[in-house]
Amino acid sequence: MKNRTFAMFVAPSVLLMLVFIASPLVSVLFQSVYGTRGVFEQVQVETCMPGFLGPSCKTEMRSKPILDASGRRVTETAFIGLDAYRSLLQPDVVAKAFSAGGEGWAALSNIDFYKALRFTLTFTLITLPLVISLGLIIALAVDATTKSLRGPLIFVSLLPFIVTPVIGALAIRWLFIGDGILTAALNWMFDSKIAMFAQGWTIELLMLVYRVWHVAPFAFVVFYASLQTVDQDTLESAVVDGASRFERLRYVVIPHLMPLIVFVALIHLMDSYRVFEEVIGFSSQAHRISLQWLTFNFLTPDETGNRAVTRASASSVLTMIGIVLLLIPLLIRTWRDRKVMR
Amino acid sequence: MLKKTLAAAALTLMLPVSAHAACSFQNTVPVKSLTAAFPAWKAVTGVMAECGNVQAELDQEFRKKQPDAFAAKPSLYQIGGVSNGTIVPLLNAGTIRPLDDLVAKYGKNLSPNQLIKIDGKIMAVAMMVNAQHLMYREDLFKELGIAPPATYDEVLAAAAKIKASGKVAYPLGATMKPGFDIAQEFNNLFLGYGGTFVKADNTPNVKSEAGVKTLEMMKKLSAYMDPEYLVSESTFVQKQFQQGKIAMSNLWASRAGALDDPKESQFVGKIAMAPAAAAMAGGKPATTLWWDGVVIAKNITDAEADAAFRVAMEGLTEDMVKANNTAAVWLIKGYVPSRLSEGAIRSANGGAPNYPSTTAMGMIAAAIGDGVADFMTGKKTADKALEDIEAAYTTKAKEQGLLK
Repeated sequence: MKNRTFAMFVAPSVLLMLVFIASPLVSVLFQSVYGTRGVFEQVQVETCMPGFLGPSCKTEMRSKPILDASGRRVTETAFIGLDAYRSLLQPDVVAKAFSAGGEGWAALSNIDFYKALRFTLTFTLITLPLVISLGLIIALAVDATTKSLRGPLIFVSLLPFIVTPVIGALAIRWLFIGDGILTAALNWMFDSKIAMFAQGWTIELLMLVYRVWHVAPFAFVVFYASLQTVDQDTLESAVVDGASRFERLRYVVIPHLMPLIVFVALIHLMDSYRVFEEVIGFSSQAHRISLQWLTFNFLTPDETGNRAVTRASASSVLTMIGIVLLLIPLLIRTWRDRKVMR
Repeated sequence: MLKKTLAAAALTLMLPVSAHAACSFQNTVPVKSLTAAFPAWKAVTGVMAECGNVQAELDQEFRKKQPDAFAAKPSLYQIGGVSNGTIVPLLNAGTIRPLDDLVAKYGKNLSPNQLIKIDGKIMAVAMMVNAQHLMYREDLFKELGIAPPATYDEVLAAAAKIKASGKVAYPLGATMKPGFDIAQEFNNLFLGYGGTFVKADNTPNVKSEAGVKTLEMMKKLSAYMDPEYLVSESTFVQKQFQQGKIAMSNLWASRAGALDDPKESQFVGKIAMAPAAAAMAGGKPATTLWWDGVVIAKNITDAEADAAFRVAMEGLTEDMVKANNTAAVWLIKGYVPSRLSEGAIRSANGGAPNYPSTTAMGMIAAAIGDGVADFMTGKKTADKALEDIEAAYTTKAKEQGLLK
């Protein structure tokens, strides 16, 4: 294709990517290094509230935001550099924790960012192999059944993926919370006193199980499609050569699926690093928080309507950096494969 | 006041416009309202809808939508339902209008007690008061010979007795979900121990003797709760009561009606209302008083404001109160206090303070809501937890310009 024709074909999509992906990213970057604060004044205000016998009025000094002529809040924006990042990462506390006599990791787990990072990373790295292997097992199992059963089996296996994430998480929560039927059943069977939502690790376990249950069908569908194109001749010659079932899987099927395994891993890493629905669905804030939830929490206005936009931006920039770091090994691998193919 | 899980996909109810029956005039200007979704608001917006052209949106997450929706030009809603906490962002942003003219024109039936005056101007019309107070299983307490506790030490003693009797699964219920709920439990006790949240110069003041005492009391109380207490909010506690799992709780007065509703509750008439227990012997009830009421948006035409206020007044009539007497502790004429309102009224008469609604309070309440859980799970000591709450508050207050 001529360069000119190529440029004309990709121009619309490059433009859209600039407008909808690049520019928001740049704007978030800017917002994370600029702080906007309101201007307050101390004024004496008389406030009357209802009481049971009559109104109770009191006069007190209050901090009141200054409004301009058109009734908007007066704000001042200033360049604050990396202050927001510093307040998230708290490098001085980290340095102290790992210097002589420091508390090490224990001190880090008291800082929200590291608490969230710990959970997000373990969540991502534990679910990844589980999703891929479970997806592969289901795909192989479905592929091995008779043709007439496959349709319904595929439909049933896909169901968890169709359920809206928050709704799915809530459904599982209700099965286990308080004397939910599954907790009640467990307690009845083992005569125990299990409370799944009373401590962090059981909630974390539920979150992991939920995510694997929810995403495995995606891996399954991708792998199943690819299984249909495995070279039958190679498989047959492997049989002739006396390869066992496992050896055929190991040396014929998996190499064939490899590019898709990398693809599923990429998508899953990106998705699960942004784990969020589970925290909301299982209300795990007291025990476990994720990086995405941290950003959300900064953006949630408090009772008096204040949002921590700067820190939210900084935290989402850090999340982005985290995803890129995680993806690098896989991207390098794909790059090399492409080179070999060329 | 009740707070639901965010994820429960904002419980939004659009009430259909129905023929005007109880409304005294035919409204021709389209009016929209955004309020909380507890029973009292259902009653009020139901009557408002009868005026015609009224669209009522009831949403427990209203506090997150309201500031931005009212700041739009024109405002997305004409009528807003607020409490003494949620009115602050609207006041700060200047997005609600003074109501003096409208009250003079249409507010003949309002009592002076309903008028929320800030700096001499009427900014909201209150309809009800709300407070957390002690609710307990009267039948169980009588059977075990326990008097309703007046202090938190007595609450602990009563809980120990109930636990020993094995009559209920857990003696105590409490709204301890991180965020608004757990912050409220902390605030009640903290004020009860004589604490002040911020100093006059807006620097934090929770790392104090009162703060430590509050956390220690919360820890002691939690031993008598469902071990999953860190996910429990008002609806969770309400259900625990309705299903007989708990024997007492410091719960919102606006929930009392549901405990006496035969359609939901297995213990109709058996749950008694008492004032909130005091934190210290001889102290004031450890709770705060809240009001809920109506505000009118600033960024709308005067004609719209006129219609909106008129419609709102139709919702706050004597007839509405008579039909929904137990839905709330109403401030409107015609309200007859019942045994369900006893707890709130006696708490107020006992000297419980109004909830301090200031910008600084909003920020420190958010920091408390995020920070207490780490103490409850044993990850941090009381001192460390309070220190981190102060640090979180300071960061935010500096960011917002409240602190230099």
